[in-house]
Amino acid sequence: MDVAVVFLPLCGAFLAGFFGRRLGDTGAQLVTCGGVGLAAVLSVFIFAEVALGGGEHTVPLLTWIQSGTLDVAWALKFDTLTAVMLLVVTGVSFMVHVYAIGYMHHDPSIPRFMSYLSLFTFFMLMLVTADNLVQLFFGWEGVGLASYLLIGFWYDRPSANAAAIKAFVVNRVGDFGFALGIFATFVLFDSVHFDTIFKAAAAHAEDHMTVFGMEGHALTIICLLLFIGAMGKSAQLGLHTWLPDAMEGPTPVSALIHAATMVTAGVFMVARMSPLFEHSETALMVVTVVGASTAFFAATIGCVQNDIKRVIAYSTCSQLGYMFFAIGVSAYQAAIFHLMTHAFFKALLFLSAGSVIHAMSGEQDMRRMGGIAGRIRVTYAMMWVGSLALAGIPFFAGYYSKDIILEAAFGAPSGVGRFAFWMGIAAAFMTAFYSWRLLFMTFHGAPRADEKVMAHVHESPAVMLVPLVLLAVGALFSGFIGYETFVGESREAFWGEAIVVQAAHDAIAAAHHVPVWVKLAPLVVGIVGIALAWLFYIRLPVLPGVVASMFNGLHRFLLNKWYFDELYDFLFVRPAFALGRSLWKGGDEAVIDGIGPDGVASASRELARRFGRLQSGYVYHYAFAMIVGVAAFVTWFMLFHLG
Amino acid sequence: MMPDLFPALPEFFLVCAALVLLMVGVFRRGETADVVGVWATLALGMTALLVLAGDGERVTTFGGMFVTDRFAVFMKILVLTAAAMTLVMSLAWMRQERLGRFEFSVLILFAVLGMLMMISANDLMALYLGLELQSLSLYVVAASHRDSSRSTEAGLKYFVLGALASGLLLFGSSFVYGFTGQTGFDRIAEILKGVEGTSLGATVGVVFILAGLAFKVSAVPFHMWTPDVYEGAPTPVTAFFAVAPKMAALALLVRVLTGPFAAMIGQWQQVVVALAVGSMVLGAFAAINQTNIKRLMAYSSIGHVGYVLIGLAVGTATGVRGILVYLALYLAMNLGVFAVILSMRHKGRLAEEITDLSGLSKTHPLVAAALAALMFSMAGIPPLAGFFGKFYVFIAAVEAQMYVLAVIGVLSSVVGAFYYLRIVKIMYFDEPVEVLDPPPGRSITLVLTASSVVVLFFFLYPPPLLLQAEAAAASLFPG
Repeated sequence: MDVAVVFLPLCGAFLAGFFGRRLGDTGAQLVTCGGVGLAAVLSVFIFAEVALGGGEHTVPLLTWIQSGTLDVAWALKFDTLTAVMLLVVTGVSFMVHVYAIGYMHHDPSIPRFMSYLSLFTFFMLMLVTADNLVQLFFGWEGVGLASYLLIGFWYDRPSANAAAIKAFVVNRVGDFGFALGIFATFVLFDSVHFDTIFKAAAAHAEDHMTVFGMEGHALTIICLLLFIGAMGKSAQLGLHTWLPDAMEGPTPVSALIHAATMVTAGVFMVARMSPLFEHSETALMVVTVVGASTAFFAATIGCVQNDIKRVIAYSTCSQLGYMFFAIGVSAYQAAIFHLMTHAFFKALLFLSAGSVIHAMSGEQDMRRMGGIAGRIRVTYAMMWVGSLALAGIPFFAGYYSKDIILEAAFGAPSGVGRFAFWMGIAAAFMTAFYSWRLLFMTFHGAPRADEKVMAHVHESPAVMLVPLVLLAVGALFSGFIGYETFVGESREAFWGEAIVVQAAHDAIAAAHHVPVWVKLAPLVVGIVGIALAWLFYIRLPVLPGVVASMFNGLHRFLLNKWYFDELYDFLFVRPAFALGRSLWKGGDEAVIDGIGPDGVASASRELARRFGRLQSGYVYHYAFAMIVGVAAFVTWFMLFHLG
Repeated sequence: MMPDLFPALPEFFLVCAALVLLMVGVFRRGETADVVGVWATLALGMTALLVLAGDGERVTTFGGMFVTDRFAVFMKILVLTAAAMTLVMSLAWMRQERLGRFEFSVLILFAVLGMLMMISANDLMALYLGLELQSLSLYVVAASHRDSSRSTEAGLKYFVLGALASGLLLFGSSFVYGFTGQTGFDRIAEILKGVEGTSLGATVGVVFILAGLAFKVSAVPFHMWTPDVYEGAPTPVTAFFAVAPKMAALALLVRVLTGPFAAMIGQWQQVVVALAVGSMVLGAFAAINQTNIKRLMAYSSIGHVGYVLIGLAVGTATGVRGILVYLALYLAMNLGVFAVILSMRHKGRLAEEITDLSGLSKTHPLVAAALAALMFSMAGIPPLAGFFGKFYVFIAAVEAQMYVLAVIGVLSSVVGAFYYLRIVKIMYFDEPVEVLDPPPGRSITLVLTASSVVVLFFFLYPPPLLLQAEAAAASLFPG
C-alpha cells in the first residue's frame, strides 16, 4: 500500500507516455486517472493509519548512494505531515485528472498531457514521502521538470516556451540555494537523513560555520539557504516572477501545479525542516518578513490584472505568503492547514476559471467577459464558493485557516509578527476586493464579448463539473473539519513528531488568546473589500477608470507588476544575453572557429588550390622545379655549411 | 678470377627466367600473355624463395660491387611480393581490358631485376646500372597502353624527367669519384671518414645523387612527374609504380646515405629533412582537391614517402627499422587500395573518379568495409596497421630529439586524414550514382582480402615483422 501510493501514478505516466499511441486517448486517460484515483483512495487509508492512528513509519526501498559517510537511501517516510500532503496531492490531482478529460478533449496529444500530469504526481509524492534531503531534492527537481514540460505543453506557442524556460531558470536560482543548503547540512551533521538531523539539531544549535569567508551561525545559514530554495519553488517575493507567466500552461496544470501542490512544496519543505528552523530566530524572522511582504505585494498586483488566470495566480502567490509568515511565527500547523484548505479552494477557483475560459472559447481577458452568470450557473456558483473561501468568509474553509494564521501572527512573541499581521490584514482586504472584482467582471454587467463568442457560451460537461463540485465540498468543509485537529487543542497528538515547535515560540497557543478585534478584523476587511468591489464594478462602473487616472503612477506601477520583470531583464537577462552573444560571436565564431577549425580548413583548401596550380602538366615546368630544387640545396650548403 | 656467383643467385635466376619467357612469348603460337604472365609470377615467387635461401650474412662479390645482407633480403622480399601481387592483379585486369601482351610481364621481370640490383648495389656503377635497368623497363611499361594518348604522354614525361634525374645522379657520382677517387661504397666510406671538416666537392656530389634518387622516390620537389604518370599510365602499372620501385629506390637511398656517406650525415641530414617536410606537407595538402583516385593515390604516395624519409633523416638503426616496418605495412595497404581501384568500372567501362565510389557501402558492403579499413589505416588511425608504421618512424624521430620533424609529421597526417576519410564519407553517406561492377577476378578479391586482414589484425601480433626489421636495420650499422 505504502509503495503503491507513490508508484501507481508513475506506472500510469509510463504507460500513457510510452504506449499512448497504442492505448489511444481513452486508454491513456483510463490508466492515468485509474493510477492516481487508486493512489487517492490508498492515501485516505494511509491518512487514517498514520495521522489518526499514530502509526508513523518508514518504508526502506533501496540504497542509493553510499560514499564515505554519505549514505542516501530510497525510503518512503510516512508521518502526519506526509499523510496530510498525500491526501491533498492525490485528492486534487485526481480531480484535475478527471477534469482534464473534459478540458483537453480537443487537444491532439492527450496521452502526453495525461502522462505528464501523472508524472508530476509521482514526483510530488516522492517529494512529500522523502526521508532524506537528497530524495526530497529528487522529487523537488522532478516536479520542476514536470512543471517545465506542462507549462510548455503547447510547444508551438513561443510564449509558452518562454514561460517554461523562465520557470525553469528562476527555479534554478532557488534550487542553487537549496543545494547549497543540503551541502551545508551534510557538512554540519554528516548526514542528510531527516531523523538523524532532527535528533542532532539541538546539539548543533550553537555551532558556527564559515561560508564565503564569513563566519555565521550554522543553523541560520542552513535554514536561509534552504529557504532560498523554498522561495523559488513557492514563488516568494524576488523569485516570484515565473508564476504568473506559468499560466501559459493549460488550466488544469495551473490548478494542480501552480496553485494546489507544487508551489506549496516550499511550505512543506520548511515545515518538514521545522526542527532546524526552530533553532534560528534570524531565519524565522526572514521567513516572516518575506512571507508577509509577498502576501501584500502579490495582492496589490492582483487588484489590477485583467487576465482571469493571472489574477488567481497572484492570489496564489499572496496566499503562499500567508503560509510562509505563519511558518515564520512558528505556526507550522496553521501553515499546513492553510496549505490544505487553499489547495481545495484555489484548485476550485482555477478549474472554475478554466470552465469559464472553456465557455468563452478560450478568452482569458476579463475585460471581454461579463454577463454570463445566467448562462453557466454551476460554474458561477462554484466561483462563488471558491471566492468566499478565499476571502475568509465565516464557515468557509479559508475562514478557519486564514484567521488562525493572522491570529498567530498577532499573538507571536516576535516583533515581526505584528508587521506580518498588518500586512496580512491589508492583503485580506485586497484579496476580497480582487476576488469580487473577478466575479463581477467575469459574470456580471453587460456582455463585452462579441456575438459569436456569446452565442457559443455553454456550461461545461459533467466530467468537468463533478470535480468542481467535489472540490467545492472541500472548500466548504475542510476548514471546519480540520480546525480542531490541525490547530486546535488536539494538535500535538495529531502532528506527533512531524512538526517541532519550541514552547517559547508556540504562536498557535497564543493565537487562541488574542483580543476579539483581532479575530474580527479579517472578516471586517473582507466584507469591506467585497463592498468596495461591488461599488466599483456594479454600482458605479466608471469609478475604476477615475481612480486609475487619479493614481496613474501607482496604477501603472501595479499593472506592470512593480517592474520586477523589467528590473530582472535589465540586471540579469540582458547582460547574460550580451555576454553570451559576445562569447559566441567574438569568442567562439571569430576566435576559436575563425583561427581554429574554420581558419585551418580554409587555409588548407587555399594551400591545396595553390599546390594544384603548380601541377601545370608541362614537362619543362617540372624539370625547372627539379633544377631549382637542386640549385637551392647546393646554394644552401655553400652558404651555411662551408667556410 | 671467377667471381663468386652464389650471392647473386636470385638475380641470375630472374634474368634467365625473363629471357626464357621472352622467347616463349615470341615463339609460342596464339595468345601468350596469360601463360607468360602466370609463369612470370611463378618466377618471382621462385626468386623470393632463392632470396630467402641465403643465410643472410653480409657477403660481397663482383669485386665488392654487389652485396647481400639482411637488409637486402628484407627489401628484396618486399619488392618481389609487391611485384608478384600487382602482376597477378594486372593479368585479370589486362584480360578484361583486352590489353594483354606478354611483353608487359617480361618488362616487369626486368624492372624487378633492376630493383634487386639496386637493393644490392655496393658501388656507384652498380647503383647506376640497376637504376637504369629498372627505369628503362618502367618507361616502356608506363606507355604500354600505346593507343591511349594519356598513357604515352605519361611514359614520355616519365622518360624525359627520368633522364634528367639520371643526369643529376651521374653528375653527382662523378663529383664523388672526383673527390674520393673511388666508386665502391666501402672505400668511399673509409675515405670520407678520414676527412676533416667538410668538402665542397663531396657535398655537391651527395646533393646531386640525393636529387637523382629523390626523383625515383618522388620526394618534393622532384615529385612533379608522379601525379601525371600515375593518372596517365594504365591502372595496373600505376599499382606497380606505387609500390615496388619506391621500395627499391628507398632501399638504395638508405644504403647510400648510411653506407658510403655515413660520415657526412651532418650535410645530407638537412637535405633529407627538407625533402621529408616538403613531401609530407605537399602530399597532405595537394591531395585535398583531387577528384581522380589515381591522382589522389599519387599524392598519397608522396606523403608516405615523406614519413619514410623521417626515418632516414634520423640516420640511426631505429630510424631504419621504422622505415622497414613502414614500407612493409605500406605495401599491404597500397595493394589493397589498388585492388579496389582495379575493380572500379561501370558496366565494363573504367571508372577513376572518387565520386564513382559513392554509395559503395550499399552496393558492395564488403568492398566498402575493406576500403574503409584501408583508408583509416592510411590515415594512421589506431589500431590499424598504418598507425604502427607512422608510430615507429615518429618514435625514432622523437628519440633522436627531432621533435619539430615529428610534430610536422603528426600535423600533416591530420590534414591527410581529411582526404582519406572523405573517401569513407563518400562511400557511406553519399547516394550511389551508378552501381560498380563486381571485381573482375578472384585474384583481385584475394589480394584485397589479404591486405585487409593484415591491416586490421597486424596489431594483434607484430613481433615477427618488428624483429625482422630490427635485424635488417642492424645489418646496415655494423658495430
